[in-house]
Amino acid sequence: MDVALFTEQLLNGVQLGVQLFLMAAGLTLVFGIMNMINLTHGSLYMIGAFVAAALFGHTGSFLLALVIAVPATALAGALLEAAVLRHFYHRGHLDQVLVTFGLILVLNEIVKMIWGAVPVPLPVPQLLSGSVTLFADVTYPSFRLAILGVGAVVALGLYAVVAHTRIGMWVRAGASNRDIASAMGVNVELIFSLVFAAGAALAGLAGIMAGPINAVQVGMGEPVLILALVVTVIGGVGSIKGAFIAALMIGVVDTFGRVLLPPALGSMMIFMLMAVILAWRPRGLFPVHG
Amino acid sequence: MKIASIALASLLLLSASASAEEPVKIGFISTFSGPSGQLGQELLDGFNLGIKSVGGKLGGRTVEVIKGDDQAKPDVGRQLADKMIESDRVQIITGINFSNVMLAVAKPVLDSGAFIFSVNAGPSQYAGKLCNAHYFNESFQNDTLPEAMGLYLNSKQAKRVYLMAPNYPAGKDFLAGFKRTFKGQIAGEVYTAFGQLDYAAEIAQLRAAKPDAVFFFYPGGMGINFVKQYAQAGLTKEVKLYGPSFSLDQTVLPGMGDAAIGAYASAFWTEDFDNPASKKFVADFEAAYGRVPSPNAANAYDGARILDAALTSIGGKIEDKAAFRKALENVKFDSVRGHFRFNTNHYPIQDSYLAEIVKDAKGRPTMKKLELIKADQADSYASQCNMAAQ
Repeated sequence: MDVALFTEQLLNGVQLGVQLFLMAAGLTLVFGIMNMINLTHGSLYMIGAFVAAALFGHTGSFLLALVIAVPATALAGALLEAAVLRHFYHRGHLDQVLVTFGLILVLNEIVKMIWGAVPVPLPVPQLLSGSVTLFADVTYPSFRLAILGVGAVVALGLYAVVAHTRIGMWVRAGASNRDIASAMGVNVELIFSLVFAAGAALAGLAGIMAGPINAVQVGMGEPVLILALVVTVIGGVGSIKGAFIAALMIGVVDTFGRVLLPPALGSMMIFMLMAVILAWRPRGLFPVHG
Repeated sequence: MKIASIALASLLLLSASASAEEPVKIGFISTFSGPSGQLGQELLDGFNLGIKSVGGKLGGRTVEVIKGDDQAKPDVGRQLADKMIESDRVQIITGINFSNVMLAVAKPVLDSGAFIFSVNAGPSQYAGKLCNAHYFNESFQNDTLPEAMGLYLNSKQAKRVYLMAPNYPAGKDFLAGFKRTFKGQIAGEVYTAFGQLDYAAEIAQLRAAKPDAVFFFYPGGMGINFVKQYAQAGLTKEVKLYGPSFSLDQTVLPGMGDAAIGAYASAFWTEDFDNPASKKFVADFEAAYGRVPSPNAANAYDGARILDAALTSIGGKIEDKAAFRKALENVKFDSVRGHFRFNTNHYPIQDSYLAEIVKDAKGRPTMKKLELIKADQADSYASQCNMAAQ
């Protein structure tokens, strides 16, 4: 492998990691802060992609599709939270897994009823359809660079909000002790609803950004959900920083594992990495609660 | 005495006419749920349209099609087949799309004396040593389209071809079929995890290997991911994509969109086939279901029409299994595929074509028929089949 190819594969790994981070960020927030295992996160990813594909089909503008589909997914998430999931915060994890798994099946069928079983088109926006020559021998698809950029902006934005704003403080307070936080006058219910909606928006964003490079089809969220769960667990449940670092690790390890190792071993690499990290740090790389 | 014999005679007459009125019962086992769920629907839609095209009856008898969802699982398919044979008393099992499901289902069905009539799955085992008097496949044998593409790339003098497929039995079969006929050099042979989403790393390796052409087999969503990402890597014009039509048909082309334009498929049937049966099929299918049919739907449509033609030639008597078998072997019907006949192993002999993915008048990506690759192509297993021993 020469330097140019190595650089390209490294970019591929980082880009895959950033894509996973978009998905895992919302998952880890909801999991860590509300102690809620939300398997419907994959369905929200799918909803984001389908809504964007529908909007793109009508308007022909990817940007417009993005601007509308992200809040639409947040709205779908908020509705889901208010109608069903809110009643499961106090229940055990098994109940949460069961209800959210059931919701995956229901949401898949609803999407199939609306858009049909045949995958729908969501092409790359014209502006980003080409490739960019980065240096010497390395050309890279513009859209993948765009994913890198969006991921970096989201990571920085999330970090700033959670660590340096009043809302972020409330979120952290509600997460570490719900009762005391409400006694101090924080509207924990509202905060949780907002966090869930924000997580849904991130899942939608991840789905929209994945749309032009992946198939937009019923059930597209589940394989990504599994990887996002791996990222969440490795990074430490509830930690944005952990999710970011773990996502990059998974992206790079998976990419090089696939290229350098025989197929059976290559596709196991990330799970082996997870096993090793959990044996070393059972609560993940950056555990949030003591 | 006389009255009794008249009564008896009329009773016999009644029961005879009753049996003639009994519907032909067909068990349609296919995948209707999960990621491959659209394939079952595609086949059933084609099959139902085929029945409709011959007046809603098969050989003059009413038809009862019992649908079953195998969820792409061999054990589920097997249970469905057992139930259909034992309690529904179906005479034919059809619809199966996955070869591994077929392998689980065929034996118990054939042991019970019923017919397997495949409109899709074409495992090599039943084309060769396991061939059976009551087993018919009218669609294709799995290896034939990759073999056809190997022949085509030989004729184009492609020197170095790069191969890609998912790491599961059909993936290996398809690449093996290609390698059987392709005489040039294999520049790389890559198997990716089944269900993989991102192919950037493999595409980067592929670009570095500088092949003349890429032969790939990725069914369903995997194919959409791969083709979209291949186009974005800017390789579509530099290194052309070649695949069997399963990777580039109407079950995936709408999802690929422009990314698939310029790719080549080997196919037994394309949407623009220029014969009256095919034109009628495409028009009727679009009118009935609002989408362009895939070759899978075309095969299933042909399947229903084969059953009708065979049954018509024996007056609808499906109960006479020897006669039905003979009627199928010698069936004459207007195939949407043009030339079609059964080989000695009950698999098709048909023409394979090269097709290019182009936009149709409405801007939709479709397969456009180009040149004939091989006329009367048979599969590579027929010589291993000793049907007389059956």
